[in-house]
Amino acid sequence: MSLEETLAIELTVNGERVESTVPVRQHLVDFLRTELGLTGSHIGCEHGICGACSVRVDGAVVRGCLMLAVQADGAEVVTIEGLTDSGEIADLQEMFVERNALQCGYCTPGMLITAAELFDIGLPASRENIREFLSGNFCRCTGYHAIVDAVEATLKQRLSR
Amino acid sequence: MKAPRFHYVRPESLDATLGLLAEYGEDARILAGGQSLMPTLNMRLSQPKVLIDINRIEALKGIAVHDGMVRIGALARHVEVMNSPIVAEALPLIAEAMPHVAHVAVRNRGTFGGSIALADPSAEMPACILALGASVVVDGVRGRRTIAADDFFIGLYETAREPDELLVEVLLPPQKPGHVSVFMELSRRHGDFAIAGIACHARVAGGVINDARLAYFGSEAKPVLGTRTMAILNGKAWPTASNEVVNAALDEDLDPIGNTFGSPATKLHLQKVLTRRVLDAAVQRARAP
Amino acid sequence: MGEFAIGQGVPRFEDPRLVRGGGRYVDDVALPRMAYGYVLRSPHAHARIRSIDTGKAKAAPGVLAVLTGSDWEAAGWRDLPVPGGMKRRDGSPSYKPRFPALVKDRVRWVGDYVAFVVGETLHQAADAAELIEIDYEPLPAVTATANAAVPGAPLVWDDCPGNVCFARFEGDKTATDAAFARADHIVKHRFVINRVTAATMEPRGAVGDYNVADGRYTLYAVLQRAQGYRAELAQVLGVPESMVRVVAGDVGGSFGMKSAIFNENPLTLLASKLIGRPVKWTGTRSEAFLGDAQGRDNVTDAELALDKDGNFLGLRVKSLVNAGAYLQPGMPAFTGNLGTLAGVYKTPASHVDVTVVFSNTNPMRPYRGNGRPEAAYVIERMVDLAADELGLDPYELRRLNMIPPEAMPFKTSVTFTYDCGEFEKSMDIALKMADVNSFEKRRAAARKRGKLRGIGLSFTIERAAAGGFEGAEIRFDRSGTVTLVSGSHSQGQGHETVFKQLVCDRLGLDPNEVYYLQGDTDQVFFGEGTGGSRSATMAGSAFHLASEKIVVKATQIAAHLLKLEAADINFADGIFSSAKTNQTLTIQEVARAAADPSKLPKDMEAGLVSNAVFDTDTQNFPNGCHICEVEIDEDTGEVEIVDYNVVDDVGTVLNPLLLHGQIDGGIAQGLGQVLMEDIRFDADGQLLTGSFMDYAMPRARNTPAFHVESNPVPTKTNPLGTKGAGEAGCVGAMPAVANALVDALSVLGVKHVEMPATPERIWRSIQEARAG
Repeated sequence: MSLEETLAIELTVNGERVESTVPVRQHLVDFLRTELGLTGSHIGCEHGICGACSVRVDGAVVRGCLMLAVQADGAEVVTIEGLTDSGEIADLQEMFVERNALQCGYCTPGMLITAAELFDIGLPASRENIREFLSGNFCRCTGYHAIVDAVEATLKQRLSR
Repeated sequence: MKAPRFHYVRPESLDATLGLLAEYGEDARILAGGQSLMPTLNMRLSQPKVLIDINRIEALKGIAVHDGMVRIGALARHVEVMNSPIVAEALPLIAEAMPHVAHVAVRNRGTFGGSIALADPSAEMPACILALGASVVVDGVRGRRTIAADDFFIGLYETAREPDELLVEVLLPPQKPGHVSVFMELSRRHGDFAIAGIACHARVAGGVINDARLAYFGSEAKPVLGTRTMAILNGKAWPTASNEVVNAALDEDLDPIGNTFGSPATKLHLQKVLTRRVLDAAVQRARAP
Repeated sequence: MGEFAIGQGVPRFEDPRLVRGGGRYVDDVALPRMAYGYVLRSPHAHARIRSIDTGKAKAAPGVLAVLTGSDWEAAGWRDLPVPGGMKRRDGSPSYKPRFPALVKDRVRWVGDYVAFVVGETLHQAADAAELIEIDYEPLPAVTATANAAVPGAPLVWDDCPGNVCFARFEGDKTATDAAFARADHIVKHRFVINRVTAATMEPRGAVGDYNVADGRYTLYAVLQRAQGYRAELAQVLGVPESMVRVVAGDVGGSFGMKSAIFNENPLTLLASKLIGRPVKWTGTRSEAFLGDAQGRDNVTDAELALDKDGNFLGLRVKSLVNAGAYLQPGMPAFTGNLGTLAGVYKTPASHVDVTVVFSNTNPMRPYRGNGRPEAAYVIERMVDLAADELGLDPYELRRLNMIPPEAMPFKTSVTFTYDCGEFEKSMDIALKMADVNSFEKRRAAARKRGKLRGIGLSFTIERAAAGGFEGAEIRFDRSGTVTLVSGSHSQGQGHETVFKQLVCDRLGLDPNEVYYLQGDTDQVFFGEGTGGSRSATMAGSAFHLASEKIVVKATQIAAHLLKLEAADINFADGIFSSAKTNQTLTIQEVARAAADPSKLPKDMEAGLVSNAVFDTDTQNFPNGCHICEVEIDEDTGEVEIVDYNVVDDVGTVLNPLLLHGQIDGGIAQGLGQVLMEDIRFDADGQLLTGSFMDYAMPRARNTPAFHVESNPVPTKTNPLGTKGAGEAGCVGAMPAVANALVDALSVLGVKHVEMPATPERIWRSIQEARAG
């Protein structure tokens, strides 16, 4: 049996240059969690349905489990840790706390990263739009009501600024 | 759910890719957006020897108009197609269907070409290009071929593309004046694959339907044209053509396969419901300025 | 009353950490030299293992160990815990199946534990598992509940005739028979309550770490009850409990599924011991479907006897319950929780007859409600069915039969004695919230849009905090800041917030100076854990008692320092004062003094630390009214929930923000089961719904806005007056949504729709109703 095939990659993670040699079959979120210790991205299903592993790659939210780490060679990757440090969604994070838009917290980083893209796109802040946009992210605890509240309130707050 | 071992190659040019495909053939799988392939790798349902990552090949990217046709490169991401002004203008059917494809994170990565090449029977894009009478361009060391969508989808996940060929682009005729498009699907939950669905393209004037192309998906082993139904509808005013006649034609046209989300009988029923709704919408849209 | 007082919607102290990606879940644990385990599971629902050859797997790259049932046996470790003490129909003891961590000669469900492979990486362990050669002899399997007890059914356990594990009876059969004999109407129905799975977003996981130097075992785990977990593990390992440490951080949802130890826990410890390195096992989603214990799954025949005016005379329920292939902890409690089949009604006579059977399917464990939602679903569907058959208004039929507040405490004819509740008042508030009076206008308007609109009400009650005890500890350190140590364990509910509220409000503390600790058996002195909607009641009361102990001791110290009698000291908002002096002391000053024996009265122990155990043999009965409105597309069977209103009574509301979250989440799981969730096996026992593609859970698009109000009736069974809240939403939702669906379809003659009410099933029920 052949040895594990690896490849050297260089990428930017949360604004920092990272060089690593990774097994070619390792997916991006495994790499972020195990090699870089960025455990804020969670593994929920590894078939692209639940959204817990959502990360931002080159400016767009993607499933961290449906992309190989080697494919992130040369890419800019942002995780919940980076998004927190930049302050980009500080208002949304505060609103999640205020509305108790999380319980076990496992889906939360993916939910926040997805919601951040909703803000970028600038859809009208209807609850229907929010529900639609977040429908690729499972939450098993909240029944979504508080999440929709938090995103809606943040959107309204931003629009009023 | 950890992928099996494979050899990974990331060619930088089309020629290099075609060379690799010629070398490995059926042992290779093309990695484009990976939104369908990666789950099967993680679940070890697919164990290719070689994974050819085509994401760096510039020649496969982009959406443009050439010689009166819209060219969608195999690597155009769903999100690019969804936001493309060209698509919005010339391919309203695709524009209407795209929001039904999965969810935002999957659309950001998944590719148009990947969806066509995989030919999932419940997927939206194969049905759309079939309804639009588009052509699929494949390339290989043995030469480039253009295959009509009508001939491209052969069976369950089976297409006319040979193992040593790469789907490089899809050529779609822009919607002509007087034509309308309607896309509808029913799924377990929005964003899921369809249980039943129709991509429809037709010339409609004064309530009379002509040149209708109704591509059914979700219920069959592959996207199929409702040829008998289309023939019955042609040249007639809808809804004067009776429901029973259309339903009888659909009984002939369709042969649904059941799965956990619906029995054959239910799927056939749903396609009949959708046919009525799609045609109602087509007539209504043609009337609206 | 401060900003953190009981009853305030205090945002959670847990959340700032969690929204920043700072959660600490079991898969985040990374120990030096850690290896990775992979479970090889049975591909057959039922088969004999003729032979296992691990030779090639052991030789594969990166492999450190391959364990099979023989290795498990050789280790001399014991079976996992199996509940006992129940009886079969003839009075003989319940069947107690063996439950080793790895099977040796027979597999009993698709997912049963065959081998444990440990490698340098998880990829390598998974690669090697594919090289294990097993010769299986497939055997006939039984999966469907209704088939398990049929004579001639394949036996899951050869020495367990008829697959019957145990039976249980509640109520009075003679009185019930008599009631039925004089009834004017008898309404009957068979309910098939489908099987679902918890599908926690965080799959199960474990890290086992055996320390060869001191011979102690540490397990990093996902759990609801650290102490119980440790006791169970020590039993399995055959070592003194003190030689086992269990540590749990954040748990990404459990809903009962992670309540007891599971096979991978001792397997990681055994592997760690054998290879001398820590071993991590992280369940994948595929494994979650194949390996997790599942919930619900029974076939229930119910009969309701009424007189001509609609008074309930008697209830007769016969239920066949699926235990799966083994008998897991918590499963027998399912049958006990069926006691709320009595509902909120005065029904004078009832008899409940439950038989628990084995099948070749995943073992069953508690899942949010564990018998309560099932009981609520049956009785509340029966009331609607009765109203339909008798031509009565379903709300008025409930009103007629409800237990009035003045009858409390009320001993029902099934099992329980309810302590308090204002059912009719709660229902009236809910009817108003849902604007039921103008519903027919909404129905007519929907009809014009081609939609069938329906409304469904449920009034449900469940048993919470079923006895037992819970521990809590308050530790002041020498600088006057505080650590709270809890015997219960959050899986997302927000224990930290509520317990900090309780303690900070009573002791006048700044919650930012209070650290909350749970889930480490080396730190927690005593406790039972979380489950059955018990933590607010049990741990909350324990923290209440511990706070009072602090006040008593601190008052004595303050009196000593102020040279006064304890009786002269007042304590409020964290300050000790007295009418006899202008001097005051903060509780922090008292705590600092407590750390210095020279400042204390003679004979007083130093330190301001208290621990308390709340111990009770009573339970409480949260209840509530749910009203759901749905619209159904008649042509496609698609369902949309268009309105949802709840009035709950969970006693004293400790934190309304968190309470809403519990109710909302419970409703989502309840409506998930009614509309889409379904674990399905084929005839051979293969799982058909083994991924999130096939197992449909509600997305944000599938749930409505929830309108929740409270009608709190504080209970006297605990010092806080609170009742359980964790399961209430789920309990109320199942019958409310189901009743709404049937109401919508009733114009077409549909009487009932089984769960999950998929478009396919709704369309079929319409066809069947039309065909007559």
